[in-house]
Amino acid sequence: MTNEEETPMQVVVYEGEGAAVLPSSTRYDVLTRLLDRGYAVSRAAGNGQGAVEPRAGETERLLVLGDFPDGAPDLEDSSGEVEIDTLTITDLGGEEVLELVEARREGRPMNQPGAWKPWFPVIDYDRCTNCMQCLSFCLFDVYGVDAEQKIQVQNNDNCKTNCPACSRVCPEVAIMFPKYSGGPINGDKVDPKDLEREKMKVDISSLLGGDIYSSLRNRSEEAKSRFSKERSPDKALTERKKCLIKLQGDGLIPAEVLENLPSPEEIQRRADEAAAKAKAALDAQAH
Amino acid sequence: MPNEPSDNHPRTLYCRCAYAQTVPQGVKDDVLRRLSDSGRNFEAVSDLCEMSARRDPRLKEIAGCGGQVNIVACYPRAVQWLFHAAESPLPEEGVEVLNMRERSAEDIASQLNLESA
Ligand code: SF4
Ligand code: SF4
Repeated sequence: MTNEEETPMQVVVYEGEGAAVLPSSTRYDVLTRLLDRGYAVSRAAGNGQGAVEPRAGETERLLVLGDFPDGAPDLEDSSGEVEIDTLTITDLGGEEVLELVEARREGRPMNQPGAWKPWFPVIDYDRCTNCMQCLSFCLFDVYGVDAEQKIQVQNNDNCKTNCPACSRVCPEVAIMFPKYSGGPINGDKVDPKDLEREKMKVDISSLLGGDIYSSLRNRSEEAKSRFSKERSPDKALTERKKCLIKLQGDGLIPAEVLENLPSPEEIQRRADEAAAKAKAALDAQAH
Repeated sequence: MPNEPSDNHPRTLYCRCAYAQTVPQGVKDDVLRRLSDSGRNFEAVSDLCEMSARRDPRLKEIAGCGGQVNIVACYPRAVQWLFHAAESPLPEEGVEVLNMRERSAEDIASQLNLESA
């Protein structure tokens, strides 16, 4: 990810007054290559609707691409806040244009599709009841509360890619992962059936005991069968197992996450810490 | 060079979903081609999820622009709360999210009234 303060360079494909209309295939090629490389691109077309207007707060640097038969115009932002640069792309293909744009970026940081998958929980506050189950469940400090003790996603970088497990512990189906394959986790509408299915009445705060996790981490068949045959009179333990097996069986805890878990002691420490944070938030709400 | 956005059509924002293959490739390519061939002004971003994670200031600008906005991306509920997560909540009126995960390119193009230029 780039620094939060940085606004990546914005590119405009300009075909208004003073520029020729690009061949359709070139325009499409330029657009796809720039977008797939991580740039934001606008298309400013002809017929009186051309617009190269840097909008307030949108960017610090605008690069205007076009086929300018009479030479690229000198452009200036009236507010003086945005640096505007032009690039003539007459007869160039998408790949060449991308190379030139990359050169104009002059090494400024840039997001790179493929290098990081934006994977983090997104809360639907129309559904959320602020119960803090997600905060108690997550071992990676993704959740926190704001000044009003309202649940928030605070450290989305900490979230484990492809692990949507916390969405399954939310009793209200309020947690989405937009890049997940299936609904309602991907943002699809929530069915009353989903509410029943997603509800897992488990003691979340004691869910993540080290014994269970280390068993799951060792994914050998032997360990799995020992695990499944294990009997315990302790109800909480049985519940914990049921929940974790369900999450794992549903493919909701990816192998990489299980394989890279910290030590059982560290897991216990984090689980205690998360539970304490949730309890403090719930206590503060009650007062 | 004209400096006023004088397009009579609603503002259109297309999300390329470039950071993961979430939206079917064929649909997002087809929608982009139709937008590109339409002669219409539009804005395209690489990945709204990534922008939300980074609290990109452009989200605030889009959410606060005041006019009619069509956002071509994925599920409306996901898009609504992605903007909210970036502290740029979308207004309740005037925003339409067109879902490329469920609808065909043809259907989206017809809703946007796109014709080839
Ligand atoms: S578990 Fe769901 S309902 Fe409870 S606080 Fe988290 S998001 Fe809200
Ligand atoms: S908002 Fe939807 S379409 Fe856009 S990047 Fe996120 S998942 Fe993909």
